[in-house]
Amino acid sequence: MTLLETLDPVAATGAFAFAWLLIAIPAAIAALLLIAGKVTNGFGHFIATLAPFASFVLAVVYFADLLGADPSERAVELTLFTWISSGAWTLTAGLLIDPLSILFVLLITFVGGLIHIYSIGYMAHDPNRRRFFAYLNLFIAAMLILVLADSYLVLFIGWEGVGLASYLLISFWQERPSAATAGKKAFVVNRIGDLGLLMAIFSMLMLFGTTNFQAVDAGAELIPGHWATLIGFFLLLAACGKSAQVPLQSWLLDAMEGPTPVSALIHAATMVTAGVYLVVRSNALYAQTPTAQIAVALVGTVTLLAGAWIGCAKDDIKKVLAGSTMSQIGYMILAAGIGPAGYAFAIFHLLTHGFFKATMFLGAGSVMHGMNDDTDMRRFGALRKAMPITFVTFAVGYLAIIGFPFFSGFYSKDHIIEAAWANQPVLGVLALIGAGVTAFYMTRLMFMTFLGQARWKDGVHPHESPLSMGVPLIILAVGSFIGGMALNGWIGGWLADAVGAEAPEHASWLPHITVLGIITLLVVAAGVALGWYLFGRQEIPTTAPAGSILTKIGRHDLYADTVNEAIFMRPGVALANGVATLDDVAIDGAVNASGRLPGALGGRVKLLENGYVRTYGLTMVCGAVLVGLSLALSRLV
Amino acid sequence: MTPLAPLAFTAPTINYGLFAPVLFVLGAACVGILVEAFAPRALRFQIQVALSLIALAAAFVNLVLNWGIASRALIDPVTVGQVVTGSLIHDGATQVMWAMLLGFGFVSLLLFAERRVHGGVTAFTPMAAATPGSKAETEAAEAGLEHTEAFPLALFSLSGMLLIVAANDLLTMFVALEILSFPLYVLCGLARHRRLLSQESALKYFLLGSGASAMLLFGVALVFGYSGSFAYDGIVTAVTLSQESDRLLIGGVALIAVGLLFKIGAVPFHAWVPDVYQGAPTPVTSFMAVCTKIAAAGALLRIFYVCFGGARLTWQPVIAAVAILTMIVGTVVAIVQTDIKRLLAYSSVAHAGFLLTAVTGAATTQSGLADGQLGSVGAILFYLIGYGFATIGCFAVVTVVRAHGREATELSQWAGLGRRYPVIGISMVILLLSLAGIPLTAGFVGKFAVFTAAWQGGYWWLALVAVLVSVVAVYIYLRVIIVLFFREPAGEAEVTIAGPMTLIVLAISLIGTLVLGIAPAPVTNVIAQAAEFLHAVAG
Repeated sequence: MTLLETLDPVAATGAFAFAWLLIAIPAAIAALLLIAGKVTNGFGHFIATLAPFASFVLAVVYFADLLGADPSERAVELTLFTWISSGAWTLTAGLLIDPLSILFVLLITFVGGLIHIYSIGYMAHDPNRRRFFAYLNLFIAAMLILVLADSYLVLFIGWEGVGLASYLLISFWQERPSAATAGKKAFVVNRIGDLGLLMAIFSMLMLFGTTNFQAVDAGAELIPGHWATLIGFFLLLAACGKSAQVPLQSWLLDAMEGPTPVSALIHAATMVTAGVYLVVRSNALYAQTPTAQIAVALVGTVTLLAGAWIGCAKDDIKKVLAGSTMSQIGYMILAAGIGPAGYAFAIFHLLTHGFFKATMFLGAGSVMHGMNDDTDMRRFGALRKAMPITFVTFAVGYLAIIGFPFFSGFYSKDHIIEAAWANQPVLGVLALIGAGVTAFYMTRLMFMTFLGQARWKDGVHPHESPLSMGVPLIILAVGSFIGGMALNGWIGGWLADAVGAEAPEHASWLPHITVLGIITLLVVAAGVALGWYLFGRQEIPTTAPAGSILTKIGRHDLYADTVNEAIFMRPGVALANGVATLDDVAIDGAVNASGRLPGALGGRVKLLENGYVRTYGLTMVCGAVLVGLSLALSRLV
Repeated sequence: MTPLAPLAFTAPTINYGLFAPVLFVLGAACVGILVEAFAPRALRFQIQVALSLIALAAAFVNLVLNWGIASRALIDPVTVGQVVTGSLIHDGATQVMWAMLLGFGFVSLLLFAERRVHGGVTAFTPMAAATPGSKAETEAAEAGLEHTEAFPLALFSLSGMLLIVAANDLLTMFVALEILSFPLYVLCGLARHRRLLSQESALKYFLLGSGASAMLLFGVALVFGYSGSFAYDGIVTAVTLSQESDRLLIGGVALIAVGLLFKIGAVPFHAWVPDVYQGAPTPVTSFMAVCTKIAAAGALLRIFYVCFGGARLTWQPVIAAVAILTMIVGTVVAIVQTDIKRLLAYSSVAHAGFLLTAVTGAATTQSGLADGQLGSVGAILFYLIGYGFATIGCFAVVTVVRAHGREATELSQWAGLGRRYPVIGISMVILLLSLAGIPLTAGFVGKFAVFTAAWQGGYWWLALVAVLVSVVAVYIYLRVIIVLFFREPAGEAEVTIAGPMTLIVLAISLIGTLVLGIAPAPVTNVIAQAAEFLHAVAG
């Protein structure tokens, strides 16, 4: 098997002909809830919850079909309709179900469905619950379009749909100015990424005349190298926007303004994974351009460290988790940047992360639920007894993310560190450091939230959340625990064809003991120990201490907003003011003059209109003479 | 010395089937005169309205049934194409222009038939012969009299218009021009209110129109002197093949151009337009503004493209100059008008300028236009359709905005009207935006088409000038919109409740404006296929 060989899709037959239902079900429910309005207030959230599970069941059927199929026939393409037919271009819209997309569909619908169940409890008292569930379904539908698309153009619809849905959900509590601003910020920053994707699509249309994955993969070898690099960078920009990678990471931390299930949905199962998906999907293009690949890996590494740094400094439980998302996505992007060796690991980590991050976010939501919506970890502490289910499930997520042996993160993260080491030792060392820092700040979070002394505010009586929130937590925790073992021996081979990689030689649920693996464990242990030393041993002050310079930088999100403001906003505002002034003075001036001047002129010409027939007749005669003369003249010339 | 051949008279072969639309209109006009003579006064109005509308509808149906034949005529011009041997020609362009004339004529007659806004009588004077303000006039008004002759007069004029666009020799063209003009002179003087202004306008129009006709007739004589033929075929032969000095031809072209440019309302032959548009009864104004313009433009196009097509390079620069002058003067003077009817009159002058740009371009199959493209003729016809809808609609609005029982035409009286009567206000805005050429209205597509035609014909600089002037022209219409919506209501003028006739006119013009603006393709396709002049094979 050569490096670049990918699957040729077979036409959709049988059950696959109805694959559009995967998307149509949540989309239809979203439309129903939004259009039917108040009528569906009573039961809307139930049918909305059924939608992702219906899609999930369908996805399981397809998954089983693909499992049973011959490995060379594991990609199914369903052409839906001719979208644009103009001149030499015929662009069709269709769906592609292959080993890569089906994993995403399963993750999105399953974790998404659990988040729906959780939301029933979490949003029980919100007056706009119906609207919330409609947006959730819209989000799921858009994300499914994104991963099921068979071309970059169709993917772009889902891409934009996810952007829209995230905007609606982040600013769901629109009456809060901070939520409205956060929604806008997410939208604007995402637009910059969208620009990258659009430019990539335009380039593909120019080079290949189509954006179909199949055709682009086939043509990638034939285009000039600099074009492959350029498209690679465009796609990287797009991935940075959606996956909150440096330098487009600033929206993610603010996005915590949305309801917590939204954070879980965005962070765990859907939006932020889109960038990873895009890079992995574009493997054939990246194979042509080492430059862009290194850039991807670098962006991933920088982000994983930046996210970890932010995670260490924050006192807000959701912001710590947001920093950790940045960091973990950074790992995935790093893996994707390594090339064929890393793609499967990126997706592996994405899946395990989907579970353990959803567990922790929903756990954080559960904590907030019990703590009167407070998010300050300095006012938590000792919640272990008050919230046993939340604590246990959260602890599973914690062990998974730090990479405790046999928990899911252990398998997936180890692979990435090893692959990075093998590819670029510098990146490997940095990823290793990141793992240690992750262990440190997650330990900090555990100690500040669940262990130690209670530092609750007056009048707060922590209590366990209702069952609708507890059950999804338990399911997700189970997934976080066994996900790594279950997938470790299998996913590399499963994805090999779809991402153009070789199938790994041996892999099983048993850890693959290497020197690097042991070093990683030691680094993680050191991080945990440091976390215990600083936060488990001593009393935690309820107000944040001044902290070192590093803490301060971390608390300010590495001054990302300040940088953005200085580089983009201020010059932008100045430019806008300049243009506005130019518009007022020069353009309006010209326009006003174009009205005033004819007005003045008209006043003069009007005088000829004196009402006397003799004047009119004279004008006519003069005109006739002029016409005659000029005709004669034009004959002479 | 050879003896002269004896004069032989051959009776013309008339293809009644193709000619029927004209016969319907002309026949209804004649019957209408008999109705005036014999029908009891109480019934005349109803009979006239029914007669003229049915005649126009019948003519239109007949035309549609003939549509297939027109395309055959293009293939076989000699046997099918000519209606009355030689003097009238029935080609695709004739078909389209007849359809436009009959359609817009029908809509205008609906405005003629509106009685409700005028308090139960038509817009026409009770007794045209009475001295304005005299006792006889007052008595006639109190008796509820009205001149229902307006209907046959309009039909006579319309039949002249149908003839002039089909005319295939200069004499027929001249006679048709007179048939269309004379009834209009009379109609202009029939306004019920402001009788003096109305009579003055009729007299002015008559005097200046006669002058223009005289010039045109002299031009016809000169061209005959040059070519020895009145028939277009003969003139084409002479223009393309003659070795003679073309001094006579140039004089003839100049004078014929003057006569037709007068009817179109091009500068410097436009002086009558504002006075006549203002003085004439508003339904008549809308009839003139749309149908006369279509007829005159059709005649001008046929003569200049068919007869003088070979001398294109001679007349193009002159028409270009006239176009520029017309656009600029029409636009600039319209901006300072304070009377809505005069404003619309100058706007119609400006529009004449815009369509003259396409006349100048002369983008036809003869000058290398590809099949299926709109070209100059098609562009001008589409432009006139869009212009026609918007103009008739605007004048329909003018008839319902009234103060003290008569039309309130002072722009200051319209202040805030749109806020008090949003339906009328918004309708007017849509129509004005179409006249201004804003996208999604027929006016935009039309402007785009004529400017494109000018560009294709090599007159790109003229198209640029036209675009610039049309930017300024937007100001004319925005000014009215501002008065309608952003001025404090003056409270003087009111919108009277219109009868069904006016409402139908308004609805048709709005639908036409929007449909042609949003989905012009079906109409442009028909025009592009059909609107081509039949050229007799020269020599």
